[in-house]
Amino acid sequence: MSSPEVATATAEAAVAPVTPAPAEPPRKDKPRSLWTDAWYELRRKPLFVISAIMITIFVLMAAFPWLFTSVSPTEADLNRSLTPPDFGAWFQFGKGGQFGYDLQGADVYARTIYGARASIVVGLSAVIGNMLLGGFFGILSGYLGGWTDALLARFGDIFLGLPFVLGALVILSTFAPVQSSPSAFRITSLVIVTFITLGWPSFARIMRAAVLSTKQLDFVHAAQALGARPGRIILRHVLPNAVAPMVVVGTITLGAYIGAEATLSFLGVGLREPVVSWGIMIGEARQLMEAAPYMMAFPAAFLAIAVLSFVMLGDAVRDALDPKLR
Amino acid sequence: MSEVILEVRDLVKHFPIRQGILFKRTIGQIKAVDGVSLDLHKGETLGIVGESGCGKSTLAKLLMNLEKPTSGEVRYQGRDVLRLNPADQRRLRRNIQLVMQDPYTSLNPRMTVGDIVGEPYEIHPDVAPKGERRRKVQELLDVVGLNPEHINRYPHQFSGGQRQRIGIARALALKPEVIVCDEPVSALDVSIQAQVMNLLDQLQNEFNLSYIFIAHDLSVVRHIADRVGVMYLGKMVEVGTDDDIYIRPTHPYTQALLSAVPVPDPTARQRKAVIRLEGDVPSPANPPSGCRFRTRCWKAQEICATEPPLLQIRPTSGHPSACHFAQEKDVVHAG
Repeated sequence: MSSPEVATATAEAAVAPVTPAPAEPPRKDKPRSLWTDAWYELRRKPLFVISAIMITIFVLMAAFPWLFTSVSPTEADLNRSLTPPDFGAWFQFGKGGQFGYDLQGADVYARTIYGARASIVVGLSAVIGNMLLGGFFGILSGYLGGWTDALLARFGDIFLGLPFVLGALVILSTFAPVQSSPSAFRITSLVIVTFITLGWPSFARIMRAAVLSTKQLDFVHAAQALGARPGRIILRHVLPNAVAPMVVVGTITLGAYIGAEATLSFLGVGLREPVVSWGIMIGEARQLMEAAPYMMAFPAAFLAIAVLSFVMLGDAVRDALDPKLR
Repeated sequence: MSEVILEVRDLVKHFPIRQGILFKRTIGQIKAVDGVSLDLHKGETLGIVGESGCGKSTLAKLLMNLEKPTSGEVRYQGRDVLRLNPADQRRLRRNIQLVMQDPYTSLNPRMTVGDIVGEPYEIHPDVAPKGERRRKVQELLDVVGLNPEHINRYPHQFSGGQRQRIGIARALALKPEVIVCDEPVSALDVSIQAQVMNLLDQLQNEFNLSYIFIAHDLSVVRHIADRVGVMYLGKMVEVGTDDDIYIRPTHPYTQALLSAVPVPDPTARQRKAVIRLEGDVPSPANPPSGCRFRTRCWKAQEICATEPPLLQIRPTSGHPSACHFAQEKDVVHAG
């Protein structure tokens, strides 16, 4: 019965090569949970490391775009309209035009950098909102079952039955018609609300399934036998053991939402001026594909890399959280 | 004999079988537990044996009030557990605790050992003031033979036997009088089984506990139990002291069960008459009329199909036995 010693020994062996940092405090009896296990697992995966680095860059881009460019994304000079990329400028800090200029004469590089913010804000907020709302209803219908479950399931099916793009088109074109020009805050929050409205039932389903299987486990019965009230059982026993599948789907969906945001902007119902976003840029570049292909290429490449990073992160997290795949 | 602490009278649990998509009709009942009565005395161990599906675990759930019985009574110190208001029920739960079968699923993998064993104190905060809880948890770990320093570890860092000890520590936290053990050792290695059973034995002496010990392993039950009840298809077929059951069994089912116990001595094995039962256990949804064992019994007569035998002391059986033709027969030592 020396398994605890063995377990900590392997844990330390796993840590040693990754972090030889001298600043590391002595780790004596450090508890290991599923999440710390997953973290050890993740750190050794190149797929995770690459996607995490990419996502960090994108998040930095969203939070502090001025770290990446000193040019304003909205400053346009018609003299520079459709100037092709100046590859020499790539190595000169403070000079614009690395990615060329668009029809209005605005710097494509600066706009691409500033466009990250809209995509990341929309994607993150929509996923977090979905997790909160879908998770809440999922726990409710999974734990209570019976009529609550049946009612919530049918209610969610209404939203699930709507094809995503059609649903988003209907909602957005109703509350922000194509010709109108709502404020940046209003249109951003509207897009987020649309994603949550259409997305929460699938999150609720995942949560419900996880709760259904978790609430039958012995430790839940043990807590009931001790006289624990439902609130404690849900928060202490069911939720921590049922949340992993939703986290995984959330990370993957984040990538999908960034793509969906671009789709809606391209269609003209999503984000629009004065917001700068990759979708808007791709939409504008469409008509000038032959004259200025670079206008399409750069935002499209950023979009593809961002979506790919989040999907890869989601895959890595799923593998790390599933002990059977280890 | 000492006072009766837990009385069970005619406990029945039927699970409905439902069919239909929109309107669910009940088309039958699984008779998991069908009229079980038993008494548990203070400080004794009552073993309950029977094969898979005979209703042992459902009985444990009913005793723990995790399932609502269809009918019947569970009386703890004379008070009917099932008819108490929720607040009284919670207070009563302190006195009856459960040790579960599978030590791998009975502990929350996301909680440290300290949190698991200390949770009873959070649910019943008046038992131990906040400042004392950590010390009490460490005491409990010490009592069940674990290192109190391991309070911050997670369940997966322990072996099966150690986990079962954690489960026992959790059950002991509220100083209960009765512990229901639902196959507490059947998921463990044989060498660990002995350790855990000796621990249970030692705790019984220390805290004057009463056990209801459910198992399918006859030798395990004989080792630990003072009295034994044998279950078949939701009914108790024979109850007695361990000598009554193991040396002087009178019910044919008990005799058949005992004859199937492997004997380590090869010469004794050759002399032993094995009773082989024909057929399978009938479905609990549609049990045989009269005596439930009659479809597989070599003694079955007409009366067995018409009249269910009562669990009572008979002229041919010194302890309660539910067979019209109860007859003593020492199967284990039979020549």
